[in-house]
Amino acid sequence: MTVSRFRTIIFVVAAVVSLAGLADATYLSVQALTGETLACGGSPDCSRVLGSAYARVGGIPVALFGALAYFCVFSFATFAAFGYRRARAFLITTVGAMFLATLWFLYVQAFLLHAYCRYCLFSAAITFLLAGLVIALPPRQDRSAA
Amino acid sequence: MKRYLPFAIVAVVALATIGIGALLYRANRPHVQSIPQDTALSAKGDTESPHVRGNPEAPVTLEEYGDFQCPPCGMLATFLGQLEKEYDSRLRVVFRNFPLTIHEHAREAALAAEAAGLQGRFWEMHDLLYREQEAWSKAPNARELFDSYAGTIGLDLDKFKKDMDGEKARARVDADRQRGNSLGIQVTPTLFINNQPVDPRDKNPEGIRAEINAALAKKSQA
Repeated sequence: MTVSRFRTIIFVVAAVVSLAGLADATYLSVQALTGETLACGGSPDCSRVLGSAYARVGGIPVALFGALAYFCVFSFATFAAFGYRRARAFLITTVGAMFLATLWFLYVQAFLLHAYCRYCLFSAAITFLLAGLVIALPPRQDRSAA
Repeated sequence: MKRYLPFAIVAVVALATIGIGALLYRANRPHVQSIPQDTALSAKGDTESPHVRGNPEAPVTLEEYGDFQCPPCGMLATFLGQLEKEYDSRLRVVFRNFPLTIHEHAREAALAAEAAGLQGRFWEMHDLLYREQEAWSKAPNARELFDSYAGTIGLDLDKFKKDMDGEKARARVDADRQRGNSLGIQVTPTLFINNQPVDPRDKNPEGIRAEINAALAKKSQA
């Protein structure tokens, strides 16, 4: 397999994986926008996490930022797969920021709220997977093949 | 053609996400009914007379269907305490039990509150249960903690224990739960202001204040 083909496969896999994250974050955004996260009815741990002050920034649900971030990852990965070189840098930057945000949210759940929401953990897994894919990308000196 | 393909793919995913999000949003909106006027705060029997705090003649009634083990209900309880002081004689608060089956000790907590109510200390137990929610929610034997709370608020412990297992407390919890079910309630806290359901998006300090102010304005116009 050529480096170019390997790189394209990684971009395609990243795009597909990000769709799972997008679905998860969209669901959580809708829950937040309908006020469901301010209530109990589903998982008790999820309501503790999603109803906490950490689940919003400036009144905006963080899930909405998450959906936006996953959509960006999908877009950048798609463009990168089609050979748009700058998309790769945007992809790496976005995934890096999401990785840091995920570490923060895991810390909040583990040490501040003492509760884990399965949707947030799923999102964390997706972000870690995306980070792994980005790390696995061959270095840029092979750009002629891209 | 290939040049435009990524744009098309991204656009399709964006539209699909917005579309699915909108469908989910519509499907997720709760369908809670207004409380019928003839049943509002009715007391057909002992099991149906609600727990009321504040001025009985207050122009605004805030009715809550709550679960003692629900963290958002706990946060709301603190806020409602502030509201009661803020609105004073203009607001009365009604509490109805809606223990969710997903919460291990919620029903027991509701029974504890009702058992305290049978000794005239419902609100003291209500406040204590919410204040100590974190402690008893995760306790293996919450019942022991409820007994200690009964002691803290000065209840006759033997009577409290008997009442917690008794028919009266159970009937009151079941009556509230049944009433909530008939209104289409599925989550807690569910709030009504002057019998009208509060939009779940307004279940925050600003939203609740705005709804109370609107109800006050409506009353003063009438």
